[in-house]
Amino acid sequence: MLLNRWFTAESRKQRLARFLSLESWKRGIWSIVRLVLIAGLSFIILYPILQKIATAIKDKADLYSPIVVWVPENYTLSNFRYAMQIMDYWETLLNTFSLSATTTILTAASCALAGYAFARLKFKGSGLLFAGVVLTILVPPTTILIPIYMNLKDFTLMGLIPLFTGGKPVNLLNSYWPFILTSITANSLKAGLYIFIFRQFFRGIPKEVEEAAYIDGASVGTTFLRIMLPNAMPAIITVTLFSFVWQWNDSFFTTTYLTSSKVMSLMLTSLPYNLRIMVVDGVEVGDDPFYLSMVQDTGILLAILPLIIIYLFVQRYFVESIERTGIVG
Amino acid sequence: MRSLAKLGMKQRTYAQQKSFWGFVYVLPWLIGFIFFFLIPLAASLRYSLSDIEANASGMNITFIGFANYVEALTVNTSFNRTLTTAISNMVVNVPLIVIFSLFLAVLLNQKFIGRSVARSIFFLPVILASGVIANLEAESLVQAVAQQNPETSGFFHTFGSFELQRIMLQSGVNESIVAYLTGAVDRIYEIVSQSGVQILIFLAGIQTISPQLYEASKMEGATGYEAFWKITFPMVSPLILVNIIYTIIDSFAMNDMTDLIIATGFNNFDFGLSSAMAWLYFISIVVILAISTYFVSKRVFYQE
Repeated sequence: MLLNRWFTAESRKQRLARFLSLESWKRGIWSIVRLVLIAGLSFIILYPILQKIATAIKDKADLYSPIVVWVPENYTLSNFRYAMQIMDYWETLLNTFSLSATTTILTAASCALAGYAFARLKFKGSGLLFAGVVLTILVPPTTILIPIYMNLKDFTLMGLIPLFTGGKPVNLLNSYWPFILTSITANSLKAGLYIFIFRQFFRGIPKEVEEAAYIDGASVGTTFLRIMLPNAMPAIITVTLFSFVWQWNDSFFTTTYLTSSKVMSLMLTSLPYNLRIMVVDGVEVGDDPFYLSMVQDTGILLAILPLIIIYLFVQRYFVESIERTGIVG
Repeated sequence: MRSLAKLGMKQRTYAQQKSFWGFVYVLPWLIGFIFFFLIPLAASLRYSLSDIEANASGMNITFIGFANYVEALTVNTSFNRTLTTAISNMVVNVPLIVIFSLFLAVLLNQKFIGRSVARSIFFLPVILASGVIANLEAESLVQAVAQQNPETSGFFHTFGSFELQRIMLQSGVNESIVAYLTGAVDRIYEIVSQSGVQILIFLAGIQTISPQLYEASKMEGATGYEAFWKITFPMVSPLILVNIIYTIIDSFAMNDMTDLIIATGFNNFDFGLSSAMAWLYFISIVVILAISTYFVSKRVFYQE
């Protein structure tokens, strides 16, 4: 618009220039306001992490020093050593990683299947079943926690298992089986949401693609595996990331299903207690709450560090893909 | 799979084939839905209506009607208080989170230098502020002390909202609104950290709006402000509903109420009372969802 006027009306050039400058002023001020807002909010988000890093590398001597705020005077890695020792870090990391990876892959696969079926392979009653999916999103997990707990404690699979083990039900608690079973059947943590995401995404892919594949002789399974899934990469990335992260951080189901396994969220939950009874150089550290909190912060940092590293690698795809996920429907 | 397909698919039309495979694809979910959702849900309802005694030989379940519900509402000391706190927190936070995330989504959609960096920082709370980490963070002592000390880095905590409060009160804004807004400023971290997914949803929605609409309105002389209210806002209004529902559901994933329910069930082994509490909680959430959906959906603009 501005360019047009500029070309046609030479005589108004001067006034136009002033107008332009006002416009550019406005734009300039807005971009400064925007910069301040975004920088400030980013700082608020990053603040806890920065603080934890600053705390983690601080020596005990700096804890009460009034001049040490961010950059410590005496660097030390002893906090990391203690936190790693208490949390049994490497074993915990391996356990957590394998648990999260297993549930993520199984959940993504089963949710993709269900989502595709709800989006494209309509059958009698599929609308009703989808209402069931929405119901699983709505009901708080606390409501069904106790019956699930009882069920898993004496797992019979409709009376089938006692036939093999001689009348005794199997106790599935304290193993990975609850996680595997629920994720194979797309009923793990927040699985309803993943089914919903997949359904919305598959609905966005044009029907013609599918029909073309069918005319070329592809069966439903082949169409799904060879045509639809490669197209659904954004949805797959989103669901995988969500499911991995939420499983990693989850303490709700994990504390219920597992009681003595070494998994990150469990170790974090019991970290304050374990810290209090820890003994360093023959002296119990439990009497200094600030020092305890310091080691605890280090523990949290250690727990989220793998997630942050993964996020750094995938965030590019994540931020791009979310725009095309079509959660929007 | 192919041989199986040939076996089952001999004389079927494309539509029949699709519906057959549709059922097969849904089957894993359906099995899980029945075993890990429907049956436990029914069992929980039954527990909530019964008195449960666990002993060496198993469980004794006797039907006692609504006694557990009555106990939760009238006898139990903490249930009513926890429930009202949980719900009022939800009611206070949901509008703030939704408005804030819409604003940020609009902001992050504009073109500026470092946009991708800003986006990845704003989505970081999706990862960090969930589950056990958020719980432990609230207890961190070092952080709490640092925020109490205005000279170090918690300056935005006390000082900022105090000034804002004074200015707003002097310019004659209603006192309760001032208290609400300054409260929001004080809890800015809480709000930012809960709005990651909502920002994502809004951002995705804004990007599906066709640019021609903005071009046309610009030609007609609309300002950016008008374009937001007349184009962006109506176009994303279905997502406002989605986000309100998501925020409500998200807020009950982990709070004092769930802690109380779990403590009643697993520490005191009062499964009946615990189930009754969980059902009351679920019912109140459904009521809130229904009310907010009713009021918001009347104002939502659908293109079709």
